[in-house]
Amino acid sequence: MWRRNALVWRKLALGSLIGNFGEPLLYLLALGYGLGALIDEIDGIPYLHFLASGIVCSSAMMTASFEGTYSAFSRMAVQRTWDGVTTAPLSVADVVSAEIIWAASKALLSASAILLVAALMAIVSGPRALLALPVLFLSGITFGALALAITAIARSYDCFLFYTTLFITPLLLLSGVFFPLSQVPPAVQVLAAVMPLSHVVALVRPLVVGQSVNAPIVHLAVLMCYAAVAWLAAIYLAQRRLSA
Amino acid sequence: MTATENATVINASALSKHYGSVVVVDAVSFQVQRGECWGLLGPNGAGKTTLLRMLLGKTPPTSGKLTVLGNVIPQQATTMRQRLGVVPQLDALDPDFTVAENLRVFGGYFGLSREQVDQRLPRLLDFAALRAREHAAISTLSGGMQRRLSLSRALLNDPELLLLDEPTTGLDPQARQLIWQRLRTLGQQGLTIVLTTHYMEEAERLCDRVTVMDEGRLLDCGSPAALISKHIEPQVFEIYGAQAQVWHLQHACTVAARHEQAGESHFYYCHDPAPMLRALQATPNLRFLHRPANLEDVFVKLTGRDLRDA
Repeated sequence: MWRRNALVWRKLALGSLIGNFGEPLLYLLALGYGLGALIDEIDGIPYLHFLASGIVCSSAMMTASFEGTYSAFSRMAVQRTWDGVTTAPLSVADVVSAEIIWAASKALLSASAILLVAALMAIVSGPRALLALPVLFLSGITFGALALAITAIARSYDCFLFYTTLFITPLLLLSGVFFPLSQVPPAVQVLAAVMPLSHVVALVRPLVVGQSVNAPIVHLAVLMCYAAVAWLAAIYLAQRRLSA
Repeated sequence: MTATENATVINASALSKHYGSVVVVDAVSFQVQRGECWGLLGPNGAGKTTLLRMLLGKTPPTSGKLTVLGNVIPQQATTMRQRLGVVPQLDALDPDFTVAENLRVFGGYFGLSREQVDQRLPRLLDFAALRAREHAAISTLSGGMQRRLSLSRALLNDPELLLLDEPTTGLDPQARQLIWQRLRTLGQQGLTIVLTTHYMEEAERLCDRVTVMDEGRLLDCGSPAALISKHIEPQVFEIYGAQAQVWHLQHACTVAARHEQAGESHFYYCHDPAPMLRALQATPNLRFLHRPANLEDVFVKLTGRDLRDA
C-alpha cells in the first residue's frame, strides 16, 4: 500500500512538490525577509533562523495532515482503493498503518526540502541538524495518525475544514513556529505545551540552529504517546467504519 | 483435513447479521462444493451484499459458523484471501495507474514480485482481451474493459475460489456475453465460482446451482432447471397492452391457467398451451408472448412482484 501511494506520487510529483514545498518556502522568504528586517533577534538567534527552523516543523505537520485527511479520504471513500486492497490478504489495520507511514514519509520529504534550502541559505548550524530528521518523521507519524483517525469518522471533505481550522491552524500559530511562546498569555502557553507541535519545535529548532536541546526525553515521550494513541485510534475507528 | 471437508469450499451454518434490531441475514446455512458455480439471487436489500462481505471476512457475523477454503472466518480471513479472487461491484481499479500497473500493484498486495506478475501479465491481458491496452489509462477504458480488467485482477493470485458481486451490472450485451464466456471457461477449468446477480438469465446460463434470498433468508436452492420445474408450470403466456384487460375478463375463466397480474400485463402459467393459444389467436391485434418458464418466474413467485426500494 505504501508502495502504491509512492508510485502514484511519482506520477504527480511536480504538482505535489509545489504544494508541499513551495508554500512553506514562500512563507519563509516573505516573513523571513519582511519581518526579519523589523525584528532583530529572538532568543539569541536571527529571526530568519528562528522562522526557518519553525517552518521545517510546520511543513511536516501540514504535509502529514493533508495526506492523512483529503488524500486518504479520497482513497478510502471516493476511489474505493481501500475496498479493493482489503479483498487482497491485507487487513484494515494494514491499510491504515501503511497510510500513516506514507503520510510520515511525505512529511519527512517536504521538511527535508525546507531544511535543504535553509542549509543553502547558511541557516543550518551543521551536520547535527540531520538528527532533526527522525524527529520530523516521528511528527509525521503523529499528525498522520491523528489525520487518519479524523478521516475514519469523516462523512465528507467538509469535516477536514473543521479539523484544519479548529486544530491544525491554532497549532500552527501557537506552537512557537512564527514567534516565541513567551509572547502569549500563560493559559495559552499551557495549552500549547500539551499539544504535539510545540514539542516538535522544541526538539528541532535547537538541532537546526545549533543550540542545546532541553529535556529531549520529555518531548520525545510526549510525541510518542500522541503517535501511539492516535495510531491505535485510527485503526480502531477505521475498523468500526469498514468492518461493520 | 478429510476428503469431504476438502470438497466443501464454503460451509455456513446458522449465519446471522443484525444491525441493532434490524436483521439483515437471518440464520442462513449453505454449502458450496469445489468446482461448482453457485449463484445468490435476491432483490435489492435481500442481504446478498452483507452475506458476500461476511464470506470475505469484512463483516463479522453476529452469530453462526463460517469456514471458507478450510479457514474459520473472520478469524483467518487474511490467510483465506491469499487463495481468493474478488470482482467487486464497483471495480475499485486504481485510476492513477495504467492497465498493467494496476495488475502489478495489486500483485504486490499478494506479495508477488514484479517479475512474478510480469510472467502472468500476458496471459491475464489476453484473457481480458486487453493486450492492446496494456499501457492505457483506466479512465480511457469502457465499462466492459474495466470489468474485464477487474476479473483479470481477481485471477492474479491463481485463486481457488472466485467471488463476483453483480459481475455484469451496467454492461452492454456484447460486454456481458464476453464476461459470461470467460466465466464459463473458468468454470470448465474447475474454478469454484460464487456470484450474486439479479439478472436471472445470467444465473440460468452460468450457475450449476442457485439460491434465492429475500429478507435475510434463503428461500430455496437447486439447479435452475429443478427450481423452475418445482415452482412453475412449463408454459408461460404474457399478454400486455390496452386490450389485455378486456381479453382477460372475457377468456380467463375458459383457459383455466394460473394467472398473475402486474400493472397492465397479465401472466398465465399452464401445462398444456393449446387452449391458451387457440383463445389468443382468435383475438386479432392482441400483443402476447408465449415462452417456456424461466428462473425469473421462480424469482418473482418466491420474492413477490412488489418493488423493493419504493
